[in-house]
Amino acid sequence: MNLFQEFKKGIWEKNPILVLSLGMCPTLAVSTSISNALWMALATTFVLLGSNILISLIKGFVPAHVRIPVYITIIATYVTIVELYLHAFQPAVYKSLGIFIPLIVVNCIILGRAEEFASKNGVVASAADALGMGLGFGITLTVLAFFRESLGANTILGYTFIEGMEPSSAMILAPGAFITLGLMLWGMNAINSRKKE
Amino acid sequence: MEIKVVIAILVGTIFINNYVLSQMLGLCPFLGVSKKLDSALGMGLAVIFVMTIASFFTFLLYRYILLPYDIIYLRTISFIIIIASLVQFVEMVIEKVSPALYQTLGIFLPLITTNCAVLGVAVLNINSGFVTTEFGLFKSVIQGFGAGTGFTLSLILMAGIRERLELADIPENMKGLPITFITAGLLALAFLGFAGMKI
Repeated sequence: MNLFQEFKKGIWEKNPILVLSLGMCPTLAVSTSISNALWMALATTFVLLGSNILISLIKGFVPAHVRIPVYITIIATYVTIVELYLHAFQPAVYKSLGIFIPLIVVNCIILGRAEEFASKNGVVASAADALGMGLGFGITLTVLAFFRESLGANTILGYTFIEGMEPSSAMILAPGAFITLGLMLWGMNAINSRKKE
Repeated sequence: MEIKVVIAILVGTIFINNYVLSQMLGLCPFLGVSKKLDSALGMGLAVIFVMTIASFFTFLLYRYILLPYDIIYLRTISFIIIIASLVQFVEMVIEKVSPALYQTLGIFLPLITTNCAVLGVAVLNINSGFVTTEFGLFKSVIQGFGAGTGFTLSLILMAGIRERLELADIPENMKGLPITFITAGLLALAFLGFAGMKI
């Protein structure tokens, strides 16, 4: 089992958003600005890492038919840690991510990796998998947020993008999110099919 | 408590703040179960059912247990446990009472636990400040019902469009998810028109 391989596959080959199409809600909802996307990616990676490590440690003791409630409770505990931390130390981030912080619990990437990987593999491999998946999630989220923030608000991380450009507010709202992600998926399919030829 | 408030909540959750198309909650089932019209309808009914009951129970839990004992930081954990066990319970009851309904809804029920719109409506009920207002429980249940209906509406619209898209001539690389997302984008654009409505 190659550790680097486990880490690397999350970024392109098994990218959680573009290939596995998991975790769509936070992806589309918080990609309105790059800073939101980065915080979300950080929070999700933390939860993913914690839950993957703990689940791979306890995988021997948990009876198969109650595993899902056990996993969900573990994930919810880590999410509560993130929620309390952000509330206390990053109130601005807590406010702008809003409801999507508690909703990390139902981000299918986390439960999906717990079920698919951590419950079958060792601690170190699970940690590598979590970091890779978190990074793949973060990169995709940031690219999406880059397009939406630059076109929708004419800013990048708060700085003006192009002087005097009229931003299109539809990009910040739901339609922009759907269409941008659709175009990104199209691009990814096009690159993959060209590789095959 | 006026009928006007009820209508305002219903129109608000179904059209103006449609859970899928404007708040972007519950997208996994929206993309996963919108291939066929009849399975979309089954999923939608199951979600309406679970959301309405979940709003009722999570509100009671928050109002009479979490708040008085000052343990609101357990909100996320307790809500998700309530929803997971509720889904399990609903599944068992339907299986016993109405096997025909179970045949239709059965496969969708386990999926609902990870539908973020259910946890979303539970958290939003608390965030909208219903706990401190009069008739809060009733308003929560209405909001849960409205959210489920809005979800079903968008799911059915999407399934209808996707059934027709099957026959359309689309570029090879765009088949599947990309075209679905772009369709959803156009649908969301249409729903944006409701945003100007004032009640």
